[in-house]
Amino acid sequence: MSKPRVATTSLAGCFGCHMSLLDIDERILQLIELIDFDRSPIDDIKHISQRCAVGLIEGGCCNEENVHVLQEFRKNCDVLVAFGDCATMGGIPAMRNNIPLEECINEAYRDGVTVYNPKGIVPDDPEIPLLLDKVYPAHEVVKIDYFLPGCPPSADTLWAALTALLSGKPLDLPYELLKYD
Amino acid sequence: MSEMVSTIKKICKRYGNDRARLMDIVNEVQDALGHVPREAFGLIAREANTHRVEVESVVSFYAFLSDKKQGAVVIRLCDDIIDRFKGSEAVGDALVAALGIGFDETTADGKITLEKTPCIGMSDQAPGMLVNDTVITNLTPAKIPDLVRQLMANPDPQALVAEPGDGNNADSLICAMVNNNIREAGPVILADYRKNAGLRKALTQTPEEVIEDVKTSQLRGRGGAGFLTGFKWELTRKARGTEKFVLCNADEGEPGTFKDRVLLTERADLVLEGMTIAAYAIGAETGIIYLRGEYAYLRGFLEHTINQRREAHLLGNTILGHEGFNFDVRIQMGAGAYVCGEETSLISSCEGTRGDPTDRTPFPVVKGYMVSPTAVNNVESYCCAARIMDKGPGWFASIGTARSAGTKLLSVCGDCERPGIYEIPFGTKLRELLARAGAEDVAAVCVGGPSGQMVGPAQFDLGISYEELSTGGSVMVFSNQRDILEVADAFMEFFVDESCGYCVPCRVGNVLLKNRLERVRKGVGEQKDLDYLQRLGESVKFTSRCGLGQTSPNPILSTLKNFRPVYNALVKENKTGFHKSFNIMKAVEQASAIAGRRSEIFHA
Repeated sequence: MSKPRVATTSLAGCFGCHMSLLDIDERILQLIELIDFDRSPIDDIKHISQRCAVGLIEGGCCNEENVHVLQEFRKNCDVLVAFGDCATMGGIPAMRNNIPLEECINEAYRDGVTVYNPKGIVPDDPEIPLLLDKVYPAHEVVKIDYFLPGCPPSADTLWAALTALLSGKPLDLPYELLKYD
Repeated sequence: MSEMVSTIKKICKRYGNDRARLMDIVNEVQDALGHVPREAFGLIAREANTHRVEVESVVSFYAFLSDKKQGAVVIRLCDDIIDRFKGSEAVGDALVAALGIGFDETTADGKITLEKTPCIGMSDQAPGMLVNDTVITNLTPAKIPDLVRQLMANPDPQALVAEPGDGNNADSLICAMVNNNIREAGPVILADYRKNAGLRKALTQTPEEVIEDVKTSQLRGRGGAGFLTGFKWELTRKARGTEKFVLCNADEGEPGTFKDRVLLTERADLVLEGMTIAAYAIGAETGIIYLRGEYAYLRGFLEHTINQRREAHLLGNTILGHEGFNFDVRIQMGAGAYVCGEETSLISSCEGTRGDPTDRTPFPVVKGYMVSPTAVNNVESYCCAARIMDKGPGWFASIGTARSAGTKLLSVCGDCERPGIYEIPFGTKLRELLARAGAEDVAAVCVGGPSGQMVGPAQFDLGISYEELSTGGSVMVFSNQRDILEVADAFMEFFVDESCGYCVPCRVGNVLLKNRLERVRKGVGEQKDLDYLQRLGESVKFTSRCGLGQTSPNPILSTLKNFRPVYNALVKENKTGFHKSFNIMKAVEQASAIAGRRSEIFHA
C-alpha cells in the first residue's frame, strides 16, 4: 500500500510554522518513512498532484491567491489542519482588519513618510493578487477539520499531532505542548 | 458661561455636594442645560467632591445623558420587537420625514432631537415613544405630521396629551395618555384591599415574627430570580452593620414588561406599605425607589404619595406611634440603562456611579448600598409582602403551586386581542393564558423577556411558575406570521447595546453570537454554525459576571432547543467544504476598485 500523502502551504503567514515543522530535526527521516510529501514549500512542488490524506495550512487569507490555494487544498485533501495562530485566528496580519483597505494601501504606497511616489501609483499588475477587504482565518473560507494553536506550534506539538493523525490514534496533547508563555 | 457655572453650583449644593448623588446632579444638569457639557465635567467633579473621570463615566454610561447639546424636546421612539411588529419602523420613517432629520440628530433650529430607545414599558399600547418625560402611545405614521407640527408650535410635550388614560393615569400629577389595561385582577395584588392593614398588623409583631410570616408564606422575588424574600430579609437583618437599607427595584427594563408601571400607578401606596414593613423587619431607616428614567412621568405622583404618607405618619419618625421605628423613602431616577435592573448595578447607580454590576459575594444583603446590608426587592414583591401581613401567610401560600406561592402579575403583549395585565395564580397553564388574552395561531411565546426563553406550542401546557415557565412578568406573543429568528436577532441586538462592557464574554460574545445568527438567517450558514452558536452561547452564560451576560444567549439557546426545525431549514449541507458565508466577489471588491482592474483568478 502506498504511503499517505501530505501537502503543506504557507498563506498569509511568516513561514515560522514551517520552520517549526523543520524543527522536528532528524525525525523528518521517520516522517518520510510514514508519508510522501505532495505540494509543499519543503519540496517546492507547485500544485497538488493527486489526492492527499492531510493538508497542513499555515496562515490565513489576505489575498485572492491565498483563497485559491486554500480551495485547492480543500478540494484535494481528506483532512485539513490549520496550524499556527495566523491560520486559526488571522494572527498578526489581521491587525489590519480595523483599518480600511484603502488607508492601508495609501500608507504603504502613497502617504508613508519614506515613500516617493509623485504619481500616486499603487500596485495594479495582473501578476499581483488582489488583497481581500480583510484578513480571514482559514476556517472562515473553507471547512477546517483540526486546529493547532501556537505561534508557532512547537515541533513536538506538530510531531505528536501528525503521527497521531497518520496512525489513526486519538490525539493526546499534554498541557506542555499547548502552553505558550 | 457664568450662568452655567451658577446653575451647576446651585444643583450640586441642592444635593449637599455629595458624590453619592451624582446621578441626580447630572440628571438635573441635563434637564437644565439640555446636555452635560464636557467643559462642565471638571466643575461638577469639584463641586461634588469627586473626580472628573467619575463624571465623564456616568454621563457616557447612561443613554438619557448626553455631552452633546440636545434639543429642548427629545423624542425617543421605542424600538423593541413588539413595537416593530406593530409598525414602529413606519412611525420612525414618518418622524424622519416630518422633522427633516435622521435618528440621533437635532433639527437645525436646535429645538428637537430624535433618538431610538429600547422598550419604554408600553408594549400593550405600541408603538410608543417618549417626548421628554411624556409618553405617547398607539402611534401611527398618519398621526406624526400633526404631532410634530404641534411640538414646533408649542414645545411643551404635555400639550400632546389630549385625553388621559384610565385610573390614576388621569390624576393631575400623572396626566398621561397611558392606559392600565388591567384585564384580570387576582386576589393578592389587584383586588380591593384594606390600606395599611398589613403595616398595622406588622407593627403589633416583633420584626423576627414579621420575617417568620414572610418566610412561612413562601414568597419568592417577583423580579424573576425567585429568591425567597423572607430569607433575604432575615439575612439582611442578621448582617452586621449600623445602617441598613431597603431598596425597591422599579427599573422595569425587561422588554415586554410593564406590570410595575401599573403597580406604581394604581398601587403606589401598597408598594410603600410593603417597603415600610420590610424596613421594620430588617431594621432600616432609609429606603430608595429606583425608578427607571422611562417612568419619569410617574415621579411627581409617587413623590406626592410619599408626602401624603409622611403626613399620615406612615413614613418619617415614630411611624404610627411606634416608638423607635423611623423610616423614610427617596426616589432615585435612573437614566436609561437596562443593566441597572440587576441589583448590584442598581446599587452602583444609587451610589452615583456607572451602573456597573459588582462581584457577588459579598451579596447586597451583607454589603450593598453604601457597603451596608441592603434588601433589594421588586415592586411586586413589596405589594405581596404587605398583603401577606394583612391576610396571613397561610392564605398566601394556599394560592399557586407548592413551590410557587401566590399570584403573578403578567404583562401580556404582542399578537393577541387583549394585551395588558393579568394577575394569575402560579401554575396557570400558558395555553390558558393565551386563550384568555385572545391569542390565536401562536407560533412562539417569549416568557420572561429576552433574558427568558422562547417556547413553542409543545411547551404551552407548562404552567407559569418558578419551576416550569419562570418570568418576571413579560409574556410576548408571536403569531405564525412572525419570523422567530428575527425576534431572536432583535433580542441579541438589545443585549449587544445594553452590555455594560465590563467583562469579555458578554461584550464580545454577544456580538459574535449575533453575527453568526445573521449568517444563518441569510441562508449561508451550515450545521456547524448551529453547533458554534450552542457552544459559544453556553460559554457566555457560564463565564459572564452578572445576570445580563448569564442570560443574554437565551434567545439563541432557547430557539435552538425549541425551534430547531426553523434553523435546520436554513442551513444546508455543503459537500464542497467551501463556506457560502465567504464571498470572494465581495472580498476583492475594494482592492479591485483601487487597482482599477478585475480579479485575474476569480474574474470578479
